[in-house]
Amino acid sequence: MHDPNFLQTLWFALIGVLWIGYFVLEGFDFGVGMLIRALGRDETDKRMIIHTIGPVWDGNEVWLLTAGGATFAAFPGWYASLFSGFYLALFLILAALIVRGVSFEFWGKEDSPRWRATWEWTAVVGSLLAALLWGVGWADIVHGVPMNAAHNVTASLWDLLHPYALLGGLTTLSLFLAHGAIFLSLRTRGEIVARARAVALGASVASVVLMGAFLLWTALDQNSGGVKVSQQVVAAGAAGLAAAVPLLLRRARDGWAFGLSAGAIALLFASLFVGLFPNALPASSAHANDLTLVAASSTHYTQTVMTVVAVIFVPIVLLYQGWTYWVFRHRLGRDDFEGTPTPIAVLSSLGREGASAAAHERPLPPPAEPPATA
Amino acid sequence: MDGVLPAPSFAPMNTLELARLQFGVTTVFHFIFVPMSIGLAAWVAYCQTRYHRSGDEVYLRMTRFWGKFMLLSIAIGVVTGIVQEFQFGMNWSQYSRYVGDIFGAPLAMEGLAAFFLESTFVGLWIFGWNRLSPRVHLATIWLTAFGTVLSAYFILAANSWMQHPVGYTINHVTHRAELKSIFAVLGNSTVLLAFPHTVFGALVTGGMLVLGISAFGLLRGRNTDVFSRSARTVLPLTLVAAIATGAFGHAQGTLMEKQQPMKMAAAEALYTTTKGASLSVFAVGPFERHPKRLNTDIRIPHLLSIIGTASWNGQVKGINQINAEEKAKYGPGDYVPIVGVTYWTFRLMAGAGVLLVLLALLGLLLMRRARLEQARWFQRAAIAGAALPVVANLTGWIFTEMGRQPWVVYGLLKTSQANSPLVGSGSLIITLLGYTLLYGVLLIVGGRLFLREIKHGPESEPVRDDSEEPGGKPGGAPREDLILAY
Repeated sequence: MHDPNFLQTLWFALIGVLWIGYFVLEGFDFGVGMLIRALGRDETDKRMIIHTIGPVWDGNEVWLLTAGGATFAAFPGWYASLFSGFYLALFLILAALIVRGVSFEFWGKEDSPRWRATWEWTAVVGSLLAALLWGVGWADIVHGVPMNAAHNVTASLWDLLHPYALLGGLTTLSLFLAHGAIFLSLRTRGEIVARARAVALGASVASVVLMGAFLLWTALDQNSGGVKVSQQVVAAGAAGLAAAVPLLLRRARDGWAFGLSAGAIALLFASLFVGLFPNALPASSAHANDLTLVAASSTHYTQTVMTVVAVIFVPIVLLYQGWTYWVFRHRLGRDDFEGTPTPIAVLSSLGREGASAAAHERPLPPPAEPPATA
Repeated sequence: MDGVLPAPSFAPMNTLELARLQFGVTTVFHFIFVPMSIGLAAWVAYCQTRYHRSGDEVYLRMTRFWGKFMLLSIAIGVVTGIVQEFQFGMNWSQYSRYVGDIFGAPLAMEGLAAFFLESTFVGLWIFGWNRLSPRVHLATIWLTAFGTVLSAYFILAANSWMQHPVGYTINHVTHRAELKSIFAVLGNSTVLLAFPHTVFGALVTGGMLVLGISAFGLLRGRNTDVFSRSARTVLPLTLVAAIATGAFGHAQGTLMEKQQPMKMAAAEALYTTTKGASLSVFAVGPFERHPKRLNTDIRIPHLLSIIGTASWNGQVKGINQINAEEKAKYGPGDYVPIVGVTYWTFRLMAGAGVLLVLLALLGLLLMRRARLEQARWFQRAAIAGAALPVVANLTGWIFTEMGRQPWVVYGLLKTSQANSPLVGSGSLIITLLGYTLLYGVLLIVGGRLFLREIKHGPESEPVRDDSEEPGGKPGGAPREDLILAY
């Protein structure tokens, strides 16, 4: 077996970056989705909570679509084996993503408590299920799945739900929950900040324990042979960053906590990707059936074309998505949503003079913490 | 392999057919909303530009009112689009391995270049009204609209490769198609016609929706300034787009004669090669795969030859001859799609297109005579007409995909060799039911919100006091028209 060439390695890394980008970004909006009911005491709170991710969650999700598309282009064999092999698990994730996506869209569109409660619950359950199952899925990928010589996965849905994978799921669940709670503490003001921070503290402590256990198990579990030092270094980094998060939260350093939480998520997945290399999908049944990156790869020409496209577009995308976060950097408070100054109301009053004073997000007294690094 | 359920014997369907049905359901549902989003995004961008230039309040109210419909259709299009990004791997793993080297590239480009643009800037548009300068805010809607159109190009380039593979070689070691020229794939003659046909069709879809809803508003006699202006502005644009859709469609047909002769013959249900062929307008046969006789068949003499070959007695190849040729070329097998489907989807598409042109023409005529706002019969017709583009989009799509059968990639790979070998009928039935249920709920809720917005109409007066609803709860009850965001 030969090693992946430069472009194959590059594209494996780039796909890793896309997944990491997805989890760092959508991670917090999963967390926010899960917390709508727990942190929102009334309708105003809930509206405010949904608004913190309103302008960005859809863009965050595109990281996933692009990871999928990039996998198809650069490693069609991986795309084929992975998504047909994880069929029902992926279906559950997709269904959860659809449900939570429309929940945010539908929530405010009818004025009835029952209507809102329905879409709150679907947002909570959808976010929770997706956050859990992504961890389960990635743990399965790293661990390997039963696969035949044609690289078709022979596992059923139940085979994917073994304890190691479930631990992976609980790890991402707790990480994203903490990540979302910290995000809320950064993007809101008023009494909700303290509540969000308290949830963040609890979730981040849980995530340290769960992630520590998961990474330890991963180190022991790697049935692809000897321990990879590079992977363990990255994993230790992830654990270190995660451990610092609760300490920072106790000192109300929310901005730093968010940055480190993002870093912990990024390094966790980086360690998994390092561990996976040079495989795309190991076979737990027989190593001869491992799907390697080389075997899954598209041609040098296609990867060259895609590299050119990525070099042009990735910086542009980063630039305008970063700009979006800059535009919507201000904290939201209850007073922004009292009366009816939702964005629509602002919209409706656009024609009137002086209406802009009713902008739903007004710039605030300077925040006590450094701004988020999102 | 299905762990969840033992594969039940689903007598009339094998796993391949289930995979096709499930894929078809998700794709067709997604495609209800895609052309709507493309058309409405362009229309909203147009309205906002007019407002930006003129400062005329009516255009602002139009922007906001039509923006709600755009956002609803984008929302449903986006969430159902997530599924599509993975469906090729899920249902068609052999296909994905075979064509991934070529097909994956435009898909990845679509994500990087188009999806990011569309979803990021639509967020900025919704939430950025008072945060961005008017000029920058106007740019966000244009970038959204541009993103939707760009996305159409990439996905149609990918699809066109399935209709007419170019710029590839077959690697005989790996038995896969390999990309030789990305420019050939992106500049495929098929996509150069399919793209304008689809995008103009999308503009018609958006335009007819605007016209239909405006007609409803005019019938009720409320907010007539917004509705009258909308109808008058959208009518000429829709007519031009409808004619362009038809013109490019005709060009596609001519090209298809060369590239996929079987599809065109099957569209006309023409079995034997004929000189001076007549065009069948309405035919019904027994419900079987290859009907031996027809119960009804109304034909216009020579018209098919005129359309297809631009001559009175031109020869048009029939299904039987093409089938024999393909057998000689590709080996034994049946190369005929289900003719009942191709014949009728083609007729529904073209028929809807003709009706749309006539409707738009009539509207323009009434407009020139200043009777658009009074002609209640036309307003009723326009309401019904809003459904026509959807019919044309869906039947056109089904025609182009089912007319290619038995191929998934024309001449290279058959659909029967394309599915995921270990995805069993249990998994397929679960997901088929799951998606149907989920999408059914989306359709009901989305439709309900759509209808509510129509009923509610645009804000009647921009100077209306909208500070507090009487009896508002703490936090303020959301006003009925607060549909843009949350």
